[in-house]
Amino acid sequence: MHIPDGYLSPSTCAVLYAGAAAGWYVALRRLKRVLLTRVIPLISVFAAFSFVVMMFNLPLPGGTTGHALGVTIAAIVLGPSGAILALSIALAIQALFFGDGGISTLGANCFNMAIVGSLVAYGAYRLMSARAAVGDRRRIIAAGIAGYVAVNAAALCAAMEFGIQPMLFHDASGTPLYAPYRLGVAIPAMMIGHLTFAGMAEAVISAGIVAYLQVADPALLSRSLTLSYTSLVGAAKLRPVASSTRRLWIAVAMLMLLTPLGILAAGTAWGEWSPAELARGASSRAAAVRSLRPEAPSGMQRLSHLWTAPFPAYAPAFVRSRGFGYLLSAMFGVGLLLCLSLAAQRVLERQRRRRAAA
Amino acid sequence: MSGRFLESTAMGFARAITRAMESERIARQRGLLQRLDPRVRVVGLLSLILAATLTRKIGVVAALFGVAVLLAILSRVSLLLLLRRVWLVVLAFTGVIALPAIFITPGTVMARTGALQVTEQGLRTATLLVLRVETAVSLCSLLVLCTPWAMVLQSLRALRLPREAVAMLAMTYRYVFLLVETASQMFESRRSRRVGILPGAEQRRMAARTAGVLLSKTVETSNEVYLAMQSRGFRGEVETLSSLHMTMWDYIGLLLFLLAGAFAAWIGR
Repeated sequence: MHIPDGYLSPSTCAVLYAGAAAGWYVALRRLKRVLLTRVIPLISVFAAFSFVVMMFNLPLPGGTTGHALGVTIAAIVLGPSGAILALSIALAIQALFFGDGGISTLGANCFNMAIVGSLVAYGAYRLMSARAAVGDRRRIIAAGIAGYVAVNAAALCAAMEFGIQPMLFHDASGTPLYAPYRLGVAIPAMMIGHLTFAGMAEAVISAGIVAYLQVADPALLSRSLTLSYTSLVGAAKLRPVASSTRRLWIAVAMLMLLTPLGILAAGTAWGEWSPAELARGASSRAAAVRSLRPEAPSGMQRLSHLWTAPFPAYAPAFVRSRGFGYLLSAMFGVGLLLCLSLAAQRVLERQRRRRAAA
Repeated sequence: MSGRFLESTAMGFARAITRAMESERIARQRGLLQRLDPRVRVVGLLSLILAATLTRKIGVVAALFGVAVLLAILSRVSLLLLLRRVWLVVLAFTGVIALPAIFITPGTVMARTGALQVTEQGLRTATLLVLRVETAVSLCSLLVLCTPWAMVLQSLRALRLPREAVAMLAMTYRYVFLLVETASQMFESRRSRRVGILPGAEQRRMAARTAGVLLSKTVETSNEVYLAMQSRGFRGEVETLSSLHMTMWDYIGLLLFLLAGAFAAWIGR
């Protein structure tokens, strides 16, 4: 699953680096709020552990062997933020020092395995082991299933990244410039190996380690280590919430101001056509493909009149300037969401008070 | 295969340590890349990797591969080592992946044998993929082989990677070898006490138990490292040593790398 250099286009790599950077930023921010002095050695040594676990050549049922990722046990013991950083560091060392996985594709590998893998593993484990005692057998099964699901989720992401390459990047003669297989080939080809061997290897190691820890070191299963260290930090050390809220507002304002950028894009968003746009597109393609009729499907035409938006195409009828219309729509949308969340917050707060009083 | 999982895992550990030692030995040699400032090596080779991924023409990728071979010769990196460690491995791995593309990519048919047909587009995409991956992995391997890890970290810090990330990379690298050695010893001791081949289920239990013990040791080690850092006055501020100085030759080298990368990307667009 370690994607080497050359399989993905630079723009795909850049997008996935941006996605991974967002994950690293959030994870680092969350851990900095815990206790940096404690977290640095923990994450570092755990990254080394993940690296070593990836080298285990596990015997699997059926007589074959497979390598695990170790992402599930990292998510269980460290929590999702710690696992994201530990796995990312292990993957960076593999790429930078051992040449396993590319440098340009490091963002993609971290996104797939460290971020998607950790979040899926943590979510699945927590969901399936909810309210189970530390020694409960359900935790072993939950770890195994979480490992299997996490590895396959990461593999699916990688397969989709491979699969979109020939659709987006090909030369004038139709020659794919990077990974050459479309989604219909890339996804089955990638998933067959992961649904069988790799997923099983992760399930075996995750369930096995949890079973061992239940007997030998149950404290490691009781609570994520990084969460445990939160209690060591006084409230004064935590970053004030107000400053992060202010930054959030600045970011929202910036995004609202940038909304007219959408006007610059040529064409229409794929799959978001109105019946008229669809008919226009079909008539231009009809010359090439005779089976296409230059009109929108009748069901679509009928259903399109069910609801008329107050701001069709992000521009109220009374506004002449498209850019101002976008900005007004953004302000309206943000305002509406804000009112809804305030209302939901008030309802939840009232319920909480009522329960506390009872 | 599964009957020998102890041996194969232990061999994997030994191979990793041998590779690391071999890299350190090559990094100490006095070749072209080794003489350049590590920041120039990192930025320069990354620009060539970027050019190799950006270009759309097979000829330009082949030329960049030639540059990688030339850099290897000038940096006293054995071509046999690259052949064994990079070129054959990439050819086997990427070649297997690229092979079906020759037959299933739609396009102009060049040859036909029975149900199979070779298309021009298929042949070009397979060649481009294999050559691109060979070139990028060769350049990446040259960076790894010719730069000691401490210098890679210094360069990453100079490229504005957060201090915490650099500190964690440095510590991880150190403890990778400690844990590889610990795991290797655990496997070795288990192997020395074993007679015959264990059943599959027992092997899996053993592998999981070994990983579990290693996990407990990991947490214990992180506690010890934390206490050691505390006792030396660590309060969350990470300091990295930086003794890098750019000479005129480094600037010339950087310029040449960037020009070569930009030129390759431009003519290969």
